[in-house]
Amino acid sequence: MEKAKGKNSADFSEIIFSVVVILSSIIAFIVVAYPIYFILIASISDANLVHQGQVTLLPKKVNLYGYNQIFNDPRIWIGYRNTIFYTFAGTFLNLVVTLPAAYTLSRKDFKHRRIIMSIFVFTMFFNGGMIPTYLLVKNLGLVDTPWIMVIMGAVNVYNLIIVRTYFETSVPVELYEAAVLDGCSHFRHFFTIVLPLSKAVISVIFLYYMVGHWNDFFNGLLYINSDSLQPLQVVLRNILLANEAFKGGVASGAGSGMGSYAQRYADQVKFAVIIVSTLPVVCIYPFIQKYFEVGVMIGAIKG
Amino acid sequence: MSGKTVLINGKGIYERNKKLLKYFRNWQLWIMLIPALLYVIIFHYIPIYGIQLAFRDYKFNAGFTGGDWAGLKYFKQYFNSPMFWPTLRNTFVIASTSIVFGFPAPIFLALVINQIVNQRRKRILQTTVYLPYFISTVVLVSLINIFLSPSNGIVSELLMKLHLIDKNTNLLGEPKAFVPVYVISGIWQTCGWNSIIYLAALSSVDRQLYDASRIDGANRWQIVWHVEIPAILPTIIILLILNMGNILSVGFEKTFLMQNSLNKGVSEVISTYVFNVGVKSSQFSFGSAVGLFNTVVNFVFLVLANTIAKKTSDFSII
Repeated sequence: MEKAKGKNSADFSEIIFSVVVILSSIIAFIVVAYPIYFILIASISDANLVHQGQVTLLPKKVNLYGYNQIFNDPRIWIGYRNTIFYTFAGTFLNLVVTLPAAYTLSRKDFKHRRIIMSIFVFTMFFNGGMIPTYLLVKNLGLVDTPWIMVIMGAVNVYNLIIVRTYFETSVPVELYEAAVLDGCSHFRHFFTIVLPLSKAVISVIFLYYMVGHWNDFFNGLLYINSDSLQPLQVVLRNILLANEAFKGGVASGAGSGMGSYAQRYADQVKFAVIIVSTLPVVCIYPFIQKYFEVGVMIGAIKG
Repeated sequence: MSGKTVLINGKGIYERNKKLLKYFRNWQLWIMLIPALLYVIIFHYIPIYGIQLAFRDYKFNAGFTGGDWAGLKYFKQYFNSPMFWPTLRNTFVIASTSIVFGFPAPIFLALVINQIVNQRRKRILQTTVYLPYFISTVVLVSLINIFLSPSNGIVSELLMKLHLIDKNTNLLGEPKAFVPVYVISGIWQTCGWNSIIYLAALSSVDRQLYDASRIDGANRWQIVWHVEIPAILPTIIILLILNMGNILSVGFEKTFLMQNSLNKGVSEVISTYVFNVGVKSSQFSFGSAVGLFNTVVNFVFLVLANTIAKKTSDFSII
């Protein structure tokens, strides 16, 4: 009797447990997925219906007005073009600079590795700050040039540590010793053995760097003045947050009459802009997702 | 060690060649290192050298380290300015609230995800919750503006229907709402990503522990409490201590983008203040001094946190 009762309450607590887990998962899923989904359906629905709150689960009166407006607005395309260049050139530079340096710092036979590592690590905790850095860039004549957008952040010390740790722990030492006996140089060892064995970590920092460039707003805000050089995020900010007028409509805040009518259409353009600007990153991310755990774990072991 | 492997072969006959070879090998290592080293020297150490501007008067023609020495003039100017306390308080309030509420969220999420047996559902949930981490700050703040819009934002309407906020409350302009909005949107964006590290710790728990607790009659609550939480406790402690080191650092981008004339009283933090007075109004020396103050306070907090981490868990970052 006693035992049966115990079993019943155990069953009951297991049921509550399952309910808590299932509810929490569903809530987490909806809270994250719904806003993104809403933007997606709102971007292709009739602006008036969206404004009246009638678009909740499925798009209504599907139209591509928002996307058409974007296609006709040169600012977005200039921003897009600039950011694609900054992202490609910047990420390329990141990898070219970070990977070899991480290799050198991973070599136990490199005498000065400790002191040089601390030179890098110190910059994670102490920096000159916004103004001295800005004045330096200004003195170098890099303000308002595309190059500052590529060069800035060429080495992220956190990423450098991740790669170095990966080289140290996941590339077998025996391979290096065998290579040395064969008279293999560091260059060859790095290119023919270390890099091919490190696809996981290269994918992870490639994603980190790429997303960093794509989403970079701060450097554009600080260093770029010309409209023709602005990265996408600064253009987005002008359209989405500063509420600058779009070519098709007058976005003049929540006014009345004509103004608020235009505002609704401006909103639809905003939804489309959000989708168009976020899509590239979202498309790449699932392919690299399987490596996330590797990257995060290495970063945590010796952060 | 590997250098000596070569020596065993040659037994000292090619001593000079070996020295040359070693030199050459090291030379290659240096070549691989130099670009990165140059970058940090130019873009990190030269600005650190340029910090002296905080103690000098800026002159247009005197280079980026400034002109005549001014001592602590600019620090005094900041400490005595009416913006000193508000910026310090706002920075501290935003950062500490973010830690208090943002820290436990990923732990809870990781424990929940870890319970899901169905691998496909688990994957879908993980893929979804990691996603916001890759959304740019500009887009995140636009999402906030769209969903909290007082005229037709979904979240505003929901809260009004639940009578949690008055009608006509503008969550975007209301100063009292700024910190909650900042913190909750921060959790929305980073909670999933931050749960990865706990999930990794959970996946390394020995399966035998689960089986043993099952045999001992533990229910699933007890397994969470006595097996899983102890397994991630070291990670929790380390991350908590490290987070303490960030108590005075608030992301510039998000605060700057969420700032408007209505909420400026609570949203002006040290970094946005540096931008506004330093870059926008070109008060370079004053801006440097304010920035240096922030860096030093952060540095002290970080060293403290690191010392505590070292003492309690043999783990340190410096």
